[in-house]
Amino acid sequence: MRNLLLNPVLNKEFKLRFRSFKGFLGLAFYLLALSILIIGFIYLDTRNSPMGLFRPDQSRSMFMMLSFIQMGLILFITPGLTAGVISGEREKQTLNILLTTNQSSTSIILGKLISSVSFLLLMIVASMPIYSIVFLFGGISPGQVVTILGYYIFTIFAFGSIGIFFSTLIRRTIIAMISTYGVTLFLTAGTAFLYAISMSVNQMGMATNNPVPYFFAMLNPMMNLLGFLEPDAFRELSSQSGVGIDFPLWAAYLISYTIIFLVMLMISIRKLRPNMKVRSKE
Amino acid sequence: MIEIIDLTKKYGKFTALDSLNLTIEKGTVFGFVGQNGAGKSTTFSILATLLSPTSGTAYINGHNISKEPKTVRSQIGYMPDFFGVYDQLKAVEYLDFYGASYGISQSERSKLIPQLLELVNLTQKQDSYVDVLSRGMKQRLCLARSLIHDPEVLILDEPASGLDPRARVEMREILKELKNMGKTILISSHILPELAEMCDSIGIIDQGRLVAEGSVNEIQQRLRGEKLIIAKLYRELDRAVNFFEDQPLVSQLAKRDDGESLQFMFKGSVEEQVQMLKNALLHDIPIVSFSEIETNLEDVFMEITKGVELS
Repeated sequence: MRNLLLNPVLNKEFKLRFRSFKGFLGLAFYLLALSILIIGFIYLDTRNSPMGLFRPDQSRSMFMMLSFIQMGLILFITPGLTAGVISGEREKQTLNILLTTNQSSTSIILGKLISSVSFLLLMIVASMPIYSIVFLFGGISPGQVVTILGYYIFTIFAFGSIGIFFSTLIRRTIIAMISTYGVTLFLTAGTAFLYAISMSVNQMGMATNNPVPYFFAMLNPMMNLLGFLEPDAFRELSSQSGVGIDFPLWAAYLISYTIIFLVMLMISIRKLRPNMKVRSKE
Repeated sequence: MIEIIDLTKKYGKFTALDSLNLTIEKGTVFGFVGQNGAGKSTTFSILATLLSPTSGTAYINGHNISKEPKTVRSQIGYMPDFFGVYDQLKAVEYLDFYGASYGISQSERSKLIPQLLELVNLTQKQDSYVDVLSRGMKQRLCLARSLIHDPEVLILDEPASGLDPRARVEMREILKELKNMGKTILISSHILPELAEMCDSIGIIDQGRLVAEGSVNEIQQRLRGEKLIIAKLYRELDRAVNFFEDQPLVSQLAKRDDGESLQFMFKGSVEEQVQMLKNALLHDIPIVSFSEIETNLEDVFMEITKGVELS
């Protein structure tokens, strides 16, 4: 941990990222937009309510809406923030010099990952007080808010590692960016689509105890978020569809994305520098 | 000390570096001369552990680049031919970042950085953003960066390229100072006279092969004692190659790009030259023309790098 805090790449990136005023302006706009959205939601809801009240179940709906918006934001921004960090250094011709220093590949990759997602993390953390408005109206416990925050951070790092992976392996940023967005799209929209198809196969009775939908749902961050927010509804849907797996979906999500995260980072670390060992072919 | 043994780098069928052998003693300045694409940057990238060799190896101060890349990195200061800088970093912060990357403590860095900036005449620019510095200043800053961990070996790939005459002179003065500090310096350029001034030894590389090597004096003496001869042939080039290869006074025999002539260095008297030509004709070598080229240092480089050495 001490090494991580003393990571020169991380320190330098923090300095560069938070030096400009533009970053803070962007953050202010984001928080403003989120506040307007919440106030608008509450305003419309109380206006349409016959008693002019904002009930706990409506507060819960608002929390769910905000959670999905934030998750959409994470899935949209993370690839853009991470897919250019190594290839961008390569294109700017600064990577070679960095690689001749004593910094380990692990330190460089971790420093780049943390620094690239740091602004997004700041945005998420900064939005927490706005989120907390829901406590005024009930329906959501502080534990749920903290769980969602943890879930966001985990998802940011998991999808960030995919961006770092492509950025390390692919020389050109634009290609790395397209590849990362492609994989992210598959893991979100692709898995949801395949889940829907495999569920309909199960519901038509063409297969019994078919676990395929579960595996697609396990990889989908939006469905997992739904599982967090509405666990009973999700469980019922699964049991009706003959999936036949009782293992908690969130646990499967954590395990599968931890594996993805570790594999992506390990490959990135190994591939950052060339293997200097001579491969004798002659 | 740098020791390069049979270093080869191939990209598919293309050989960028072909069995390079070279020893550079501690404290010497070795100039690596060659045209663009001759293999200089490939050699430097391998020595800087940025590129893996196809075969062969190299040692930096006795450390194998393939087996101990981390140790090698701590012993070298590398300056690539093309490099970028981070926007929004000041000159001091730039050096501080690399100092931290080499594990130098904050207190040591704050003592070292002013000294380095003074060495490269950039003290006045310490608070300037790196991306707004002139090219010459960026080159000097990059040189200061390569010195931050006090490496014994400096690998400088065309440090003076793209600089105006004044900046070149400044760079040369800094390199002289580094030489006086006892650093082992491997420096490349495609301009031979530029290196001859500051190098103890030079090596000429062409198409991935080291075609000439020695001290500047040796090469200059060789030029005075040797003649560069070009023999144009009417077919049977290979038979001519075999004939000239067997001649004891012939060295650096090479086929020229035109595919119908040979070039070689001849070390002998005029009588011996006449005798060799007579012998060639007696062996039915179809020589169309046999001419001696007037040479200076630059000409030799130009002539040597036209062909591929055979012996």
